[in-house]
Amino acid sequence: MMSGNLARVSNGAALPLKKVPKLSPGAFRDCVIASVASGSRLVALCADEKLQLFAIMADDEAGILGMARTALSKPAYPALTPECPAAQLFEREMAEQQGLLPEGHPWFKPVRGHLPGRPGPDPFGRKPAEVLAGLIPFYRVEGTSIHEVGVGPVHAGVIEPGHFRFQCLGEEVFHLEIALGYQHRGIERALLGGPHAATLKMMESAAGDTTIGHTWAYCQNIEALSGIAPGPRASLIRAIALELERLANHTGDLGALAGDVGFLPTSSFCGRIRGDWLNLSALLCGSRLGRDLVRPGGVGFDLDGDRCLELRTRMEKAWAETQAAVNLLWQAPTVMQRFERVGLLTGEQAQEIGAVGPAARASGLRLDVRLQHPLSGSSQSLIPHGWDDPAGSGGDVFARAWVRWREMHHSIDFLSKAVSALGALGEGKKAERRDRPALGANQVCLSLVEGWRGEIAHLAVTDAGGAFSLYKVIDPSFHNWSGLALAMRGGQISDFPLCNKSFNLSYCGVDL
Amino acid sequence: MHRILLTRLAQGHRTNRMPNVAPPLPDRFRGLPVLDAKACASGCRACEAACPTGAISARKGLHLDLGKCLFCTACTDACPTGAVRFTGDHRLAVSDRKDLRIDSGEGLVLAEAMGKELRRVLGRSLRLRVVSAGGCNGCEVDVNVLQTIVWDLSRFGIQYVASPRHADGMVICGPVTRNMDLAVRKTWAAIPEPKLAFAVGACAISGGPYAGQKEQLGGAAEVVPVDYFIPGCPPHPLTILDGFLRALGRMPDQKTARKA
Repeated sequence: MMSGNLARVSNGAALPLKKVPKLSPGAFRDCVIASVASGSRLVALCADEKLQLFAIMADDEAGILGMARTALSKPAYPALTPECPAAQLFEREMAEQQGLLPEGHPWFKPVRGHLPGRPGPDPFGRKPAEVLAGLIPFYRVEGTSIHEVGVGPVHAGVIEPGHFRFQCLGEEVFHLEIALGYQHRGIERALLGGPHAATLKMMESAAGDTTIGHTWAYCQNIEALSGIAPGPRASLIRAIALELERLANHTGDLGALAGDVGFLPTSSFCGRIRGDWLNLSALLCGSRLGRDLVRPGGVGFDLDGDRCLELRTRMEKAWAETQAAVNLLWQAPTVMQRFERVGLLTGEQAQEIGAVGPAARASGLRLDVRLQHPLSGSSQSLIPHGWDDPAGSGGDVFARAWVRWREMHHSIDFLSKAVSALGALGEGKKAERRDRPALGANQVCLSLVEGWRGEIAHLAVTDAGGAFSLYKVIDPSFHNWSGLALAMRGGQISDFPLCNKSFNLSYCGVDL
Repeated sequence: MHRILLTRLAQGHRTNRMPNVAPPLPDRFRGLPVLDAKACASGCRACEAACPTGAISARKGLHLDLGKCLFCTACTDACPTGAVRFTGDHRLAVSDRKDLRIDSGEGLVLAEAMGKELRRVLGRSLRLRVVSAGGCNGCEVDVNVLQTIVWDLSRFGIQYVASPRHADGMVICGPVTRNMDLAVRKTWAAIPEPKLAFAVGACAISGGPYAGQKEQLGGAAEVVPVDYFIPGCPPHPLTILDGFLRALGRMPDQKTARKA
């Protein structure tokens, strides 16, 4: 159930700002808390430079999205987090970006290690030398037998930087705190007043392993705000690229999970096959990561009949090899013994923190943008349902692996139909390039894309001149990192690499 | 067990034949760009306006900084006369930052191998510590993939290691964020001499799309002395491997080693 105070919005459709009800700060707070209490999900909570707060709520079962806003007269307000835990990181982020103090926030720490863009005092009261990633008051468990383990920012592998602080009793982890921000390169600050010349490239590299997902969400916003439609052919090519991105990453992660439990056949096969999926993205656009494919107004490259045929042939081969490699996992009792009942995230916890994507589905939550909030004009309805399979809802490492495996089947089904459908749409003609069209003034647009890690949310608000007065990028990892911390509680510290990989969250996608 | 062995048989031998035979690249792959100032319509400068990073200049001829280039299609789409085009040449690594600035009709002066003495010490066993410092996980993906069986990096004696104490060099991805400055410096300091630094990707060479942002430093060379620059966004794994092998003097098309 969603509060009546919210304006209904559709995924990827622009709305005049004045149609979003401007609530009093008290009513805004009550509206968000009541919506979450009645089962809605907090998609976004963010503020612009003028202390205007926006909240986006989703009733996923009903496929409804709602938006509300309020204006604060001073940079402080009573925190929502005590009643709505899913708001905790959003409120800390607003404090760090706009200097807004959420009074009574129970876990008030910086997120990325930078100073607010608005002039005024730092709500965290940091000295200049303390404004860096990882400099937060870590939660500590006291006791003579307790020991603390700190890992990172530089990790033992080709991995992005982050700091993990464990509170342990022997092997048992009581608590894990994750400090990010090392990859912070100021994307959202740079977007203000935009779009600029480098904006599209920043969106492609917001999380470089999710190029298609983030760039699609961004382009959808630009298209809705400027009144350009990408057309069915371009939409379908985007959807094909999105599923290829999912297949590549899921294959890589299943292989890496195998590697983390020492099951080398699947690890080594999948490491290679992941490259085959990436090479299919390169078949589309020359880039293994899908760079330069999705752009405002359409796609940079078309797929003619020959290319579709090659795509289908190579896809079928890669899929057969993926199946052979991954099925070894499920048949190995030693692997199952390490996957099952490890790294448990209950459905209740997942809901409370607002988890999204495969991690949330593996804990039994039913949410998928492709099914519940599909973009109009996209063919994502071709994706079959995934949650009729009770095997992948236990919230453990196995469930997170199994959900991905089931999803890969759905992606393949979709690709098969989509490549045929593309042939029926006729040849595409190259559209004139319009990377930075004029945007409508005083508009707001929310675009959601189900990336391989889960819901990617981009919120754009334009000012009277049609420039961004707020642009919010929410990678699924933003919601899910605290899921990893919860999944480690009571587990063994030696299981951390396995649990971490089962979520495989983005650092740069959060740090921005 | 039987099933594992059968699957292994079916998966077959997959390692490519580098350095002697480069694996095929997709037809839409964008490698070394070539500039043709004669074809350039004077005064148009549409490429400059379109370039997201200011990599290309059409003032007094055509000039391109491959360290800033994202190998996107903005300039080629904008150019009305086809004066800029991308070739399929994946070889892009250089050992002098200046060599990445190319002019009309010019090729690239590819990286020189490390000096004789350095080759004696590191030539058959090069251990690298990879540090992501504001990278988007794009370069990291294509650096990492060299460890898979397709590329089998270790057959060249190159390995990624977990500790800088075990390393002979550092691979840096990302523009080096302010928040990673200290970690990059500390990692570099912990690597024993002699050591090499590779900057992989546009961000690590010039800041890439983030150049000018106050949250980053504008590339690895601001923090450590970089020996090799491997451009791209991200560079193809083949381009990265070519860069590593050039440093070792292992590419068949290389002239004799000169770099001290």
